[in-house]
Amino acid sequence: MSMNLTTTDQDLKTRLQNWLPKIVLAPSFGLVVFFVYGFIAFTLYLSFTNSRMLPSYEWVGWQNYERLFQIREWDIALNNLVIFAILYISICTVIGLILAVFLDQKIRGEGVLRPIFLYPMALSFIVTGTAWKWFLDPAIGIENTFHLWGWQSFSFDWIKDRDMAIYAIVIAAVWQSSGFVMAMFLAGLRGIDDELLKAAQIDGASNFNLYRRIILPQLRPAFLSAFVILGHLAIKSYDLVIALTGGGPGNATALPATFMYSYSFTRNQMGIGSASAVIMLLTISAIMVPYLYAELNEKKR
Amino acid sequence: MGFLNINGVSKSYGSLKVLHGIDIEVEEGEFLVLVGPSGCGKSTLLNLIAGLEDITDGEILIRDRVINGVHPSERNIAMVFQSYALYPNMTVGQNITFGLEMHGVSKKERKIALDEVAKLLRIENLLHRKPKQLSGGQRQRVAMGRALVRNPDVFLFDEPLSNLDAKLRVDMRTEIKKLHQNLGTTIVYVTHDQIEAMTLSSRIAVMNDGYVQQLGTPKEIYDNPQNIFVATFMGSPAMNLIPAIVRALDDGTVAEISLYDGSLEHLPFGRADMNSWDGREILLGLRPEMITDEESADRKSQNIARIKNRIEVTEPAGSDTFISMQAGGKSIVARMKSDIDVKPDQVFPFAINMDKAVIFDPVEGIRIQANISS
Amino acid sequence: MTVAAQENIVRTSQSVRVGIYLALIVFALFYLLPFGIMVINSVKPLIEITEGNMIALPREWTIDPWLSAWSTAQIGVEPTGLRPYFVNSIVMALPAVAISTALGAINGYILTKWQFRGATLIFGLLLFSCFIPFQIVLIPMARVLGVLNIAGTTYGLILVHVVYGLGFSTLFFRNFYAAFPNELVRAAQIDGAGFFRIFWRIMLPSSGPILAVCCIWQFTNIWNDFLFGASFASGSAAPMTVSLNNLVNSSTGVREYNVHFAGAILAAGPTLLVYIIAGRYFVRGLMAGSVKG
Ligand SMILES: Nc1ncnc2c1ncn2[C@@H]1O[C@H](COP(=O)(O)OP(=O)(O)OP(=O)(O)O)[C@@H](O)[C@H]1O
Ligand SMILES: [Mg+2]
Repeated sequence: MSMNLTTTDQDLKTRLQNWLPKIVLAPSFGLVVFFVYGFIAFTLYLSFTNSRMLPSYEWVGWQNYERLFQIREWDIALNNLVIFAILYISICTVIGLILAVFLDQKIRGEGVLRPIFLYPMALSFIVTGTAWKWFLDPAIGIENTFHLWGWQSFSFDWIKDRDMAIYAIVIAAVWQSSGFVMAMFLAGLRGIDDELLKAAQIDGASNFNLYRRIILPQLRPAFLSAFVILGHLAIKSYDLVIALTGGGPGNATALPATFMYSYSFTRNQMGIGSASAVIMLLTISAIMVPYLYAELNEKKR
Repeated sequence: MGFLNINGVSKSYGSLKVLHGIDIEVEEGEFLVLVGPSGCGKSTLLNLIAGLEDITDGEILIRDRVINGVHPSERNIAMVFQSYALYPNMTVGQNITFGLEMHGVSKKERKIALDEVAKLLRIENLLHRKPKQLSGGQRQRVAMGRALVRNPDVFLFDEPLSNLDAKLRVDMRTEIKKLHQNLGTTIVYVTHDQIEAMTLSSRIAVMNDGYVQQLGTPKEIYDNPQNIFVATFMGSPAMNLIPAIVRALDDGTVAEISLYDGSLEHLPFGRADMNSWDGREILLGLRPEMITDEESADRKSQNIARIKNRIEVTEPAGSDTFISMQAGGKSIVARMKSDIDVKPDQVFPFAINMDKAVIFDPVEGIRIQANISS
Repeated sequence: MTVAAQENIVRTSQSVRVGIYLALIVFALFYLLPFGIMVINSVKPLIEITEGNMIALPREWTIDPWLSAWSTAQIGVEPTGLRPYFVNSIVMALPAVAISTALGAINGYILTKWQFRGATLIFGLLLFSCFIPFQIVLIPMARVLGVLNIAGTTYGLILVHVVYGLGFSTLFFRNFYAAFPNELVRAAQIDGAGFFRIFWRIMLPSSGPILAVCCIWQFTNIWNDFLFGASFASGSAAPMTVSLNNLVNSSTGVREYNVHFAGAILAAGPTLLVYIIAGRYFVRGLMAGSVKG
């Protein structure tokens, strides 16, 4: 259905049919070009201006970026992001993989367990945050429960602790996402050819070797997808922090997403806020672009 | 001027040229089969005729009307696809009449046309089923019904039987042949299957790499392939191509070939005039059935050559037994009666029908001397 | 995910299996507890929560926290309960889901069945838009909504969700239609059906599963969104998530935990309901949104 024919020898119907798809696709294309790529360009531009409460068009070069990296809170946010992303991705992957492998052992009640592992994904982070905030609150949550049970010395106050609060967020985030990773791995496991496993068993592979040498290597695409999805979720994380700690105590749990919001909209430092958004976009692009490029090219052939 | 004319048609996808100046003329009521290896451009050519792809160069005419750029639905063609392409959400009846509906045919007339086609194909009791609830053979019939109901000028078939099992394929082949004989429509039919090609067609176009290698009746294609490609592609087992050297001797020109023990044997060309090739290498093309035992040799042949050669392998195949042996430094195949009593390693006398030999230039790959008996 | 547990090849000993079951049950508790305890505590009087044990069942059952969360709780400055915001979210989510799904369906159809030069690039641009950090569009979006005079309204949010939902809905339908035989489209063309007719009569009737996937996915995302809601719809136009956050984090007065929990469950209700009814599709949606089609 390509169009390398001169239009003169095509009848009207054919010509119209050739143009119709493009015409119908155009609004979506226009929306995306304007609202996504146009906006990215605009924010990029703002990041080089001295915009404060309102956008200004005075060019200041790299100044916002220089200042951004001198701000202590940004430093904390980046540090937190690294800690959060590493723990979130690795713990979710490990739990997801364990659950998937376990569920794949012809478990009775799989139909009940699977939705239980997965339902947190249907919840808003604000809801999750509400539950966990209270759960982790030493005055009424887990700590208090253990005290009431008579274990007076038990202490679990991460959420109030500047150094530990980010780990509390990791717990809630893992709770929400690990079931999803499980589903991805389970689909991968179910997709593996039975005959391959039979062959490996005939070759005398132990269960451990079967998984290590035959099964896990075949889950490579699932690992990659999980990494990409979790990675971009980590960088975008905003709701959970707001609901759980609001970025506190102090700014101990700030992440780039919360930093950007507070600098752009509450502290009236739009230029710096834009610069931080650009850094976020670049980080996500570093993960997504190669992945999407590979996927698109693979689909072509 | 034929009924369907394909004049110098080329097709490129970007820089990839998949059809090169195809010229084919199809008469009204003719059954043209396109064969060729996978990827040679058969489906592409069919799609060009259907108007599903745009022609890069050249033109296609039906009833002397140029149809380049005409919408597929306005070409008065019908197509049967390899996967049948039945609309999964519609019943059999709706599938068959969808095209009529799109052309604004009234409901009453659609019903009449549907009943007629359903009767012809014996699918009256399936009309309310969904494609999912049909067997492969039934789907095939419905796909044909969808094509038939439009009463088109030209039928296009793209490997319509290749998804059926062997038995059903033979049955459907017969049905298609009957339909063609009864309705007398013009058909262009793509297949991989040589037997389909030989039995159904009034003419065959053998394609390779986007070129038509040979266009002719099944007999012409089989007996007189124009080049090495056609010779080896059509026929199973393939035509033997035995390296030989032409020797012009006093008592006639012969092909000199080496046998299992390295000894040289002379096969006379008889009436074929090969004098000008004296001393040069050729490929001697012989169908397996041209190499046989004395008893089965063609009585009408005026030129039987006799050689003794060692049998390497025997392969009984039901009605025939195939025997392989060394000749011209290659393994070649002979076709014998099934009850022949031979064993491997036995040295056996063969009779070769040189009247039917086709001779090729080993360098150019083209035929230099046709089968003189045809 | 619809694949049934098949004959298992990996044989495990009895004791290992017991361990596996134990581990699975522990994990199930880990996933159930937070929400379950929230449910239990949403029907307790406040005094039982602050002085009692969070795991204990209520001594005195009450639905007051639910009533309060729904209709009288203080959200921001007004004691309206969450009800008006629940309505806001419905009014926002339904059209946004419908429009983005419809556009996604037709886009997917075009990008697979009417390929033209540059189609892959357009798809790539759409696809990448799924993954951008939305912080990068917040500032210009606020201005554009202002210019269009729909800042702070539900209409504004509908527009935002349609635009940023397009990538995923197109991805779903593209992957689905890519597996849909081209020959069907060709047969329909020969039969005389045009661009729209093929879509209506051939493609859409076979798109039930992916329509479900796309609607569920879009609904979940749009309903659960917080960032856009907080940025572009303050005050009485705020969606459910934003007002829940306001309720939970309001600094005035006593913290009515039981009301917070009731509110949180209300906010989770619609997506959980969808998940319970059509969970199978939800999983498939998650997969399609991540792994290749
Ligand atoms: N849309 C396309 N874009 C690029 N190349 C194409 C396209 N369609 C077909 N081709 C190429 O054109 C050539 C001919 O394809 P075609 O489908 O006509 O082969 P065929 O003879 O029908 O093969 P088969 O017997 O396997 O069906 C192939 O090399 C194929 O890769
Ligand atoms: Mg083909």
